[in-house]
This record gives sequence, structure tokens and C-alpha cells, in this order.
Amino acid sequence: MSGGAHEPAAGLKLYHPPMSLWWWLERRAYFKIVVRELTSLFVGAFAVVTLLQIRAVGDGPEPYAAFAAMLGSPAFITFSVVAFLAVLFHALTWFPLVPTTIVLRVGEQRVPGNIIAGAHFAGWLIVSVVVAYILLRG
Amino acid sequence: MAETLRLEVSRYRPEEDSEPTLQSYDVLLDALNHVKNEIDGSLTFRWSCRMGVCGSCGMMANGEPKLTCAVPLTDYDPAQPIRIEPLQFFPVVRDLVIDMSSFLEKLSNVKPWIIRDDVEATEAVEFKQTPAELDAYKQFSMCINCMLCYSACPVIGLEPEFSGPAAIALAQRYNLDSRDKGKEERMDVLDAHEGLWGCTYFGECTKVCPKNVDPAGAIQLYKMASATDYLKSLLLPWGSK
Ligand code: FES
Repeated sequence: MSGGAHEPAAGLKLYHPPMSLWWWLERRAYFKIVVRELTSLFVGAFAVVTLLQIRAVGDGPEPYAAFAAMLGSPAFITFSVVAFLAVLFHALTWFPLVPTTIVLRVGEQRVPGNIIAGAHFAGWLIVSVVVAYILLRG
Repeated sequence: MAETLRLEVSRYRPEEDSEPTLQSYDVLLDALNHVKNEIDGSLTFRWSCRMGVCGSCGMMANGEPKLTCAVPLTDYDPAQPIRIEPLQFFPVVRDLVIDMSSFLEKLSNVKPWIIRDDVEATEAVEFKQTPAELDAYKQFSMCINCMLCYSACPVIGLEPEFSGPAAIALAQRYNLDSRDKGKEERMDVLDAHEGLWGCTYFGECTKVCPKNVDPAGAIQLYKMASATDYLKSLLLPWGSK
């Protein structure tokens, strides 16, 4: 036996299987999750745009008008549509996983996962309705 | 002649091979043991209990990690060969036998035993537990160390240092045990990039677990606990203690 308690016995000729660069295409589930991880880039980009927008508001009416014009350009609208779809995919695949990260108990009983996931979807819906109301009101 | 079934088995004979090759066998419905007993005695694989308890017969069957003793052959289409390979992301010793020393190392690193400093290990003391206290960790104590979860997790392949699902779930099993006092010691080991934070939540470990341990759930709860501890230590003057 070699050195440590948990080392392969000395003299073994182990075969170390290589990891393919395309491992994430080998299983459907891997692919879906890698796509979900990639969509977070869009979630991040969207947050940055919002922050810049808030800064433009603070800078005064003219810089804001320029920023708004940029947001209205065809290229940016294309980006927004793609980003929106990405965020949608992210949320739809993420919320069903949330129950595994949260254990809520009411008395002795654990709150069932679909109620926790459902609450997240409901919260999302409510916020969307409120935002839509504020935007469409005027 | 009775119905035959084709197995494609990954062979790795270290004396002559530099990498595994596939060998086909047409067999009766008794599969691997039939091959070993009747066709090719040199075929090497692990098994023991044949009842899904010892956790030693894990292999890849058509690319999926499976306890081979717990999967009926009738689950497979007899017209197609079934490909049997060693558990992926592990070094191969021979044929279907993998080297599990890295796993054993990771397992012992998380101190999967009850830690107390108020009693001597040799002292005969009894710690009582209510059924509710038992329930808190019971699910995680069902792990049979079969390593299927390691073979389902691509992070193990990408970052061999990652503690991995079973070790973290087992750490959680002891953390949640009302008799244990070792939570902080384990957090020191696991609150690291190769620990909890290596997990990117593929969730495949939970899907392949033959004992419904839900290691993915254990890891996410553990991450929550670590993050809450951190926030508390940041925001509250008396820290996380
Ligand atoms: S032989 Fe024991 S689990 Fe399969």
C-alpha cells in the first residue's frame, strides 16, 4: 500500500478517462442546465442596462433622452427581445428548483414544494402586473 | 434457443491495454454474472449483496449510472445491445472496477461521525432522540456510498477536487443529528470552492440516487446555511454564534 490511507494501491496502472469538451451535449439534462447558466449572462446584462438607465435619469433630461433613443434603436430592441426570452427561460427553469433550497415548516409539517414554487410564480405574476400597470397607466 | 441479449462491456486490462475497448457478448438474461461464469471468467466487476444495499455494483448502463443489481433487464429493449461501462469520472482499475480512493478521501474529510467533546469516545453514554429529531436527518442517512451521484455530476469530471454530492449530504446528515456538535468543524471544510460552492446545481445526483437521499437538496440547504451565517456575521454585532 502506498502513502495515505486513501490512495490507490501502489503499482496500479489506472486509466484516467478524458473529459470530452462536448460533455454538456451528451445528456439532455446537462444541456438544459448549461443553457440556463448561460442565460444568466442576459439576466446580468439586463440589470446593467437598468442601472445605466437610472444613472441617465440622474444626469438630467438630455442625457436621459439620448439614452432612451438608444434603447429604442432596432439593435437594442433585438437585444431586449433575446434577453427577455433568456430571462423567461431562466425563471421558468429556476423556480421549480427553489423548493429544494428552502425548507419551510408549518408546525410539524414541511410545506410541500409545489406551494413554495407556486408562491414564487405568483410573486412574479403580481410584480409583473404592478409594473405593467405603472407603465401602461399614463 | 432461449432469447439472447447483447451486452457491450467496457474492458480495460492494464497489462495489455492503454485505454478501454468494447467487447460484445450475446448472453441469456442473466447478464454480467452469466458472462463471468459461463463465457469469460476474466471479466472483472464489483458486487456483493445483490439487493441494492451494499452499493458496490454501480456501473454505467447505456450511459446512465445504475446499481446494476437493482435494474431489471426487462427495462431494456432486447433488440438493442446494452452498453456497460465503469462509473464515469473515476479512474479505472480494470474492466468495470473503478478506483474509489478519491471518494473515500472526500468522505473522511467531512468527518461523517458524531462529534462531541464532552464525552470520551469510549464512554458508554446514551443520547436520546425523539422520532422528530430522527426524521430531521433520516433521509440523508440512507446513503449507501454507491457513488452513482459522483458519476452523474459533471462537476466531478471538471473539478476532481470537488467534495461531491454524497460527502456533502453525509456531512449534512451529521449536522442535522441532534446528538452531534461538529457543524462548525464541517463547515470549515465545506465552505470552500471545492466544497459546497463547487456545486452548480445540475441536480442529476438526486435523479440517479437509488435511495432517494436527495444530495442536491442537501447541498442547496447547506449553501443557504453558509450564506445566512455569513450575512449574520456581517450584519449582527454578535456575529453568527
Ligand atoms: S450488489 Fe449490493 S448494491 Fe448491488
